Formats: sequence, C-alpha cells, structure tokens
Amino acid sequence: MTSSRATGSRLSWIGAVPFLGYVALFLLLPTSLVVVQSFADAQNRPTLANVRFLAEPYVVSAFGNSIALSAVSAVIGAVLGAVLAWVVATGHPDGTLRRIATAVCGVLAQFGGVTLAFAFIATVGTQGLLTLLLQDLGLDLAGPWLYRLPGLVLVYSYFQIPLMVLVFLPALDGVRPQWREAVETLGGSTWQYLRHVAVPLLTPAFLGALLLLFANAFAAYATAAALISQGGVIVPLQIRTALTSEVLLGRENVGKALALGMVLVVAVAMYLYARVQARGARWLR
Amino acid sequence: MTTSTTPASAGTRAGAEVRLESLRRSYGAVPALDGLDLVLHPGELVALLGPSGCGKTTALRLVAGLEDADSGRVVVGGRDVTRLPASRRDMGMVFQAYSLFPHMTSLENVAFGLRLRGQAARERHRRAGEVLELVGLSAQADRYPHQMSGGQQQRVALARALAIQPTVLLLDEPLSALDAKVRAQLRDEIRRVQLEVGITTLFVTHDQEEALAVADRVGVMNSGRLEQVGSPTDVYHRPATPFVAEFVGLSNKLPATVADGSAEVLGVRLPLVDPRAEPGAALAVVRPESVGLTPAEGDGPLVGTVVATSFLGAVSRVRVDLGPVGTVLAQLPTAEAGRFAPGARARIGLRPEPVVVVRPHE
Ligand SMILES: Nc1ncnc2c1ncn2[C@@H]1O[C@H](COP(=O)(O)OP(=O)(O)OP(=O)(O)O)[C@@H](O)[C@H]1O
Ligand SMILES: [Mg+2]
Repeated sequence: MTSSRATGSRLSWIGAVPFLGYVALFLLLPTSLVVVQSFADAQNRPTLANVRFLAEPYVVSAFGNSIALSAVSAVIGAVLGAVLAWVVATGHPDGTLRRIATAVCGVLAQFGGVTLAFAFIATVGTQGLLTLLLQDLGLDLAGPWLYRLPGLVLVYSYFQIPLMVLVFLPALDGVRPQWREAVETLGGSTWQYLRHVAVPLLTPAFLGALLLLFANAFAAYATAAALISQGGVIVPLQIRTALTSEVLLGRENVGKALALGMVLVVAVAMYLYARVQARGARWLR
Repeated sequence: MTTSTTPASAGTRAGAEVRLESLRRSYGAVPALDGLDLVLHPGELVALLGPSGCGKTTALRLVAGLEDADSGRVVVGGRDVTRLPASRRDMGMVFQAYSLFPHMTSLENVAFGLRLRGQAARERHRRAGEVLELVGLSAQADRYPHQMSGGQQQRVALARALAIQPTVLLLDEPLSALDAKVRAQLRDEIRRVQLEVGITTLFVTHDQEEALAVADRVGVMNSGRLEQVGSPTDVYHRPATPFVAEFVGLSNKLPATVADGSAEVLGVRLPLVDPRAEPGAALAVVRPESVGLTPAEGDGPLVGTVVATSFLGAVSRVRVDLGPVGTVLAQLPTAEAGRFAPGARARIGLRPEPVVVVRPHE
C-alpha cells in the first residue's frame, strides 16, 4: 500500500525533525534524567530517600509557597493584563497605541531576572528612591516585605501583566464585531452580550492564559534568586540550596527530586492548558 | 422555484411599511449617504444594488440602528424609529458572513433572540425548531457553526433573524461569501421564505443578477444616492440614467448620432428611452440580447469576425470584432450559437428596442 497519500503523510514528518530533535535534546533528555536520578543515590544505586525528602515539612511549605506565589501572581497578571489587552484591542488595529503597547509588553514580559530585581530594590527597597521619598512624607515602605513572598508577588506581576497582554490580545481580536451587532439587533443589551457571548467565548482563552502565567511564575528562578540571597522560600531556591549547600553535599539528587516535583506540577498545568485551548481555539479563529 | 412578484399573504403578520427619508451620513469628509429616499411597501422585498463603496451597507446600518444618521428619518409602520437604539427597533439582520455565535448549536443560535426576551427553554426551542424547518435545516439543529457549510450557516443566520418575528428583515450581502451554485440556490430560498413570512425586506447586494432575481423592486445606488427605483424589468429595460444602463446588465457602447428623438447606431435607427436626449454625437448602450447575428460573407459596416463564444447554459454570448467600431457582444440561444465559431464571419443586427445614450466623454 504505497498510495501517494500515505507517502505524503509519511514525508510530512520530515519537516518536524529539527523540532523533534530539539524537543528530545532539551526537554525529554533532561526530564528523563531528572526522573531517573531522583530515584538514585550518589553511587547510582536505586533509592527512595530523595523522593521521601519531598515530604519534609519545609519542602512541602516551599511547594505551597511556590504554588501560592504562582497562582496569586497569575491571577493578578491575568486580570490586569486582560483589562489592558481589552483597552488595546478596542483601539485602532494599526494605531500607535497598539504598536507601542505590544512592543513594550514584548520587552517587559522578558524583563525578569537580576535587572528587574535591582530595579525594584532601587525603587522600593530599604534605601529605595520611592521608600526614602515616602519616608519624608511620613509613610514607611521600608521593611523586609520586598525580600519575602509579598515582594515576589509584586515583582512577578511586573512580567506577568505584559505576558498576559501578549497572550490574550489574539483572543480578543478573534471576537467579531458582528456578534455584538447580532445581539443588539436581536434585542440584547451590552450586559447580555457580555454575559451570553463575549465572556463564554473568551473564558477558555482566559483560563489557558492563566495556566500559562502560572507555569511561567512557577518555573521562574533568576528574579527570586537576585532578590532573596539565601534560604529556600520557594522550590527553585530550594533546588539552589540542594545543589550548592555544604550541608547537603553529595546529595545533588535531592535537587533532582525537587525538580521532579516541579515537573509534575507544570505537567498538570500544561495538561489543563491543552484541554481548555482545544475548545477556545476553534471559536475565536 | 419561479419567483412571483406579488407578496404572499400567507404570513402570520402583514409586513410594515418602511420609509427612509433624506438619510444622510458622512464619515469625515466622505459622504457615504447623500440624501437617500426610499419607501418599502408592506411585505415587499427591495434590493439595494450598487458598486462597492456606494453606501449600501451604510443605508442598511442606518435602518438597523447600528449607525446614527447625520440627518433624515427612518419610519417603520408610521412610527419614527430614528432615535431608537438597534436593540429596540425589532429588525432581523443577516450579516455578510460568520455572524453565528460559535459556542452555540444551530438551535441555540436561532433560539437566542427569544432567550433574550426571557422565553422559557421549552417554548423557545420549539419555536426555533419551527424556524429551522422553515429554512430546511431541521437535521442540523444540534450542529455547531464550524460543523456546517457556509450556505447552511447563512440559513441558520436567516432563521435566527426571523425567530424573533421582526417587523423588518435586513440582509447585507448574505450570499457574497458563498460559491456560485449555493448562491443561486440560497437566493431563491431566501425569496421563498420571505414570501412565506410576508416580511418587508431590504436586501443589499452588488450583484445585479441577484438583485434582479429576488426583488420586487430594485434600487440602484451610486455615490450615496439612488439613481433609480423600479421593478427588475424597468431597471433593466428602461434604465433612467446612463449609470443604471451601464451598471445593470452587460452592455455594448456603440457610437451613435442622436437626432429627432431617436438614435442612429451603425446605420440603424433606434428609439430612445429618454426622447429628450440632446442631439449630437453620443454612445448608445445596447444590451447583448438586442444584438442578433446571421452568418455572412464579404464586408460591410455590420459584418465582422467572431472572436470568442461563451456558453452560459440555454444562451451563449458571442463577441464579434467589427474593426474600427470595436467589438460587440451578442446573446443568442445556444442552439443558434453553434454556427458562430471563432473565426467565422457574422453580420450583426440591432433589434429596435429603446436605448439609453451617454455622452462620449462620460
Ligand atoms: N466606519 C467607517 N469609517 C469611515 N468610512 C466609512 C465607514 N463605513 C463606510 N465608510 C465609507 O463610506 C462609503 C460607503 O460605504 P459602504 O460600506 O456603505 O459601501 P457599500 O456600498 O456597502 O460597499 P461594499 O459593496 O464594498 O460593501 C465608502 O466610501 C466607505 O469607505
Ligand atoms: Mg457593504
């Protein structure tokens, strides 16, 4: 059976080879290493000790913190980002507002890391510009909050909001003006349009973006590392400790077990993401 | 089906009269509508026909209330609705394409207007089912828009517009996204449903064949104004202006001399549609159906060489090169057209039907 059709579909794989190679090398390989070595000790003998380590109270609390931080910053980013995206989308499609907004968001969404942490320290840190300014006015911003979870939420939102704008804008563009006009001619109000048409249509895209933001925050490391120099308040920082700490020397595989935990959380988020995307993508083409 | 030109009285409610009075609307400096007057009689289907950008959509949107008029009035059944928002005008609208709600089935789409009116689920689904049956789509009730063809989607859109029993039906190029065969089918279907319901309808199109086929009357628009309103036959055979003559139907433009209330074209005297036309040199607009062909030998002002024939079903069109005059298009029954293969010599004849003349510089 060598119909041209079968040949065609067999050949169509060729184009995907570089991509599959990339995925194998940089995703599947490290992930399987993480999985395998999580169950091995320093001498490569099988053990459950690393994984059991995940049940330690401070590890559990780091996961809790990570998930809470990611969820809160994702919700803040998604809500504010969606509103911003809506403002941009209602403007002229080739207008200046839109061009500037997408360019700025493109930069800011990638602006995490040391630079961002420094920018915040310089502004609202103990000796920050804004902190000192407000001190003169009798308001006290100073305190360790910036270097704890609330600080991370604030700093993370800084790149979550622009990411949301970028991710949500195409969905808003997919909402056709005729739908609104159809509702109007059928006798519906703006409120009814939102409730029965716009919101249900955008919900999958919104949830999808929310999950993407969650995974984005959950996996972020550099910003937190620059802001918090020691300890393991969230999982990525725990991994840093596991890899560098003298106390845990010889137990790098504990870090792999932590990574395994993270992979699982992200996998769940991405599975849900794929589920909601499948519905919405068809609607807002 | 053959379209009758009298509105059927089978509808559950008699249509309302719709008056468009001196409607004006500009976008910046561009006047999209420049004083439009049009009366739609109860139950009548009027097609607004015109080239792209002439203001058809604008006119329809002003009637729907989706756009505000700069001046002028829209009066429906004696009631001035100019200041009412679209949601309170009670008009059903079918858009050019893809206006169905993608997250609802056909049935839910059709029932949506009734849902907005707070009708109970059972009742509105029963009614939606009836209307889907009217447009011949009962079998597709549970399909989502993306599971249906373009033609089926437009039928659902028609059903959705009709389900609320509107006083007026507005259609903005409802067929333009469909391919030719479906277009002709659905066009007749829309006309059948419109006659059955008896609803006053404004149908916008840039396709003259479509307009002539479905409408009781056709309004031909140009640059924001109506050039002529009349029955399809009137508009086609007795165009009121040169623009209408050229825009509606294919036409030949042949050199003519106007004198004494008639035009001399290629040596043949033809009556004028407008006997007041200025005497002198002009171009006569002659329909292909008014041009006859006979096989010929030799030369003469009316003899030329066939350059192309195109088969259109029952009729065919033959293009004949007359040399200095240019080419002339003739339309004849396909059975006769067989004698005029490209390269053959043919003599053209002009039937003495009234012609419109335009000035050469126009
Ligand atoms: N929202 C708008 N903003 C600016 N100009 C507009 C707008 N809508 C229409 N126009 C202009 O008004 C004129 C009439 O437009 P309209 O859409 O009514 O034309 P139409 O006859 O429906 O054309 P088509 O066959 O291309 O749909 C055009 O010159 C168009 O450019
Ligand atoms: Mg239009």
